[in-house]
Amino acid sequence: MLAFLALWQGVASYVDNTTLPTPDTVMRVFWQACISGQLPYHLGATLLRLIVSFAVSMSLGCAIGIILGRNKKLDAFFDNWLILFLNVPALVTIILCYVWFGLVESAAIFAVVINKLPNVIVTIREGTRALDQDLLEMARCYHFSKRKTLVHVIWPQLHPFVMGATRSGLALIWKIILVVELLGRSNGMGYQLHLFFQLFDVASILAYTIAFVGVIQLLELIVLKPLDKKSLRWRR
Amino acid sequence: MTDIQISITNKSYWGHSAPVIGNLKLSLKSGEFVCLLGQSGCGKTTLLNCLAGLDTAYTGDIMLGSQHTKPKIGYIFQNPRLLPWRTVRENIELVLDQRQSPDIIDILLDAMQLTEVQHFYPERLSLGMSRRIAIIRAFAVNPDILLMDEPFVSLDAPTARQVRELLLKLWQERPHTVLFVTHDLREAISLADRLVFLSASPMRVVSEIDVPIARNGRHNEMLIEGFRSQLKDNYPDIKTLL
Repeated sequence: MLAFLALWQGVASYVDNTTLPTPDTVMRVFWQACISGQLPYHLGATLLRLIVSFAVSMSLGCAIGIILGRNKKLDAFFDNWLILFLNVPALVTIILCYVWFGLVESAAIFAVVINKLPNVIVTIREGTRALDQDLLEMARCYHFSKRKTLVHVIWPQLHPFVMGATRSGLALIWKIILVVELLGRSNGMGYQLHLFFQLFDVASILAYTIAFVGVIQLLELIVLKPLDKKSLRWRR
Repeated sequence: MTDIQISITNKSYWGHSAPVIGNLKLSLKSGEFVCLLGQSGCGKTTLLNCLAGLDTAYTGDIMLGSQHTKPKIGYIFQNPRLLPWRTVRENIELVLDQRQSPDIIDILLDAMQLTEVQHFYPERLSLGMSRRIAIIRAFAVNPDILLMDEPFVSLDAPTARQVRELLLKLWQERPHTVLFVTHDLREAISLADRLVFLSASPMRVVSEIDVPIARNGRHNEMLIEGFRSQLKDNYPDIKTLL
């Protein structure tokens, strides 16, 4: 990490061009943006969209994924639709949502969810298909309720799949959110980046990127890693 | 009480024309201890799955007790089938219904000498220990019917004997109908009221033989060995199973 910073500093001072600012310029811009409140405001707007669309697509995706994984007929019926939605370009759904529902917040969120949902469904469906039949039989034999089976038998087996969907989901969602904001919102990271692009302000672009990557890293460290550790404590 | 009437005319697996079970008739009196003996792969596990309601794709009838009440079934599978992400104690707690007191867990853990591992995860246990936990789990539900699929395989001899004795003790304290699958004839003689010999493909009953040894004489190796050789002489048609 330090070597990378040193390399960056060296190359940037050597080139001496505004399109490649030095790390300390970026840090200064970052600091100023933080103090002025601009960065926290736009970052917050993006994070809020991220949380809402992530929560919606994960909970819906898990529910639908489990149902499709457990029900062959429904799965066969929806399989083609799933493939279709998996492969529609994000830009197309975003544009269509804005055209059909107007340039409003719910259209933005909806566009993100539509892009992420099929991924979650497919991942969770694979996980559900791989469930241990022996344990399900045991649960049935000992008259586990539906809730008990879900919490104690099914969910722990889906955990690696859910974590996979979470990690790839966060990465995918925030990239899509930027496009959504760029096309039709007047706040958020995407909007800001668009502005900086028009001004050729590379230092600000890098400052915002660093801030966002930092937040995602923090999330991984504070939420995801401990969650992994807690739910895998039974492994040898 | 819970007597069992089995009459399966045909059970085959999808895609296989040859039936696994063909015309099998068997009835158990309430509280009876019956051992099923047969070559491995002859369909004994399939029969237990049908009884447990896990497999319903057969033609025929299975009556468990009276029609009004659903009997509680304890099923000890061939492999322990513990939830690896729950501790030993949680695994047992999960099968109890809300009205049941968890005291039974302590009593059974103590009887099996497994109290000290109750907060371990199953992956840390030996197979023998996991088997004993699975046995505890089946007893904990206070079953009306107990299905056991070779539960003592891979237990070392002293442990197996100890668990067998515990099984008999629990069965005598609170009688329930037991169907016990094994291919160890000596074990079957030491446990059962009645031996049922099964043939392979399709599985059906070859002969049913009552064990005439009194309960208090069952740990006498001589009596068991004597009965075993007597079986060999008197029943030539089950010779391959002995």
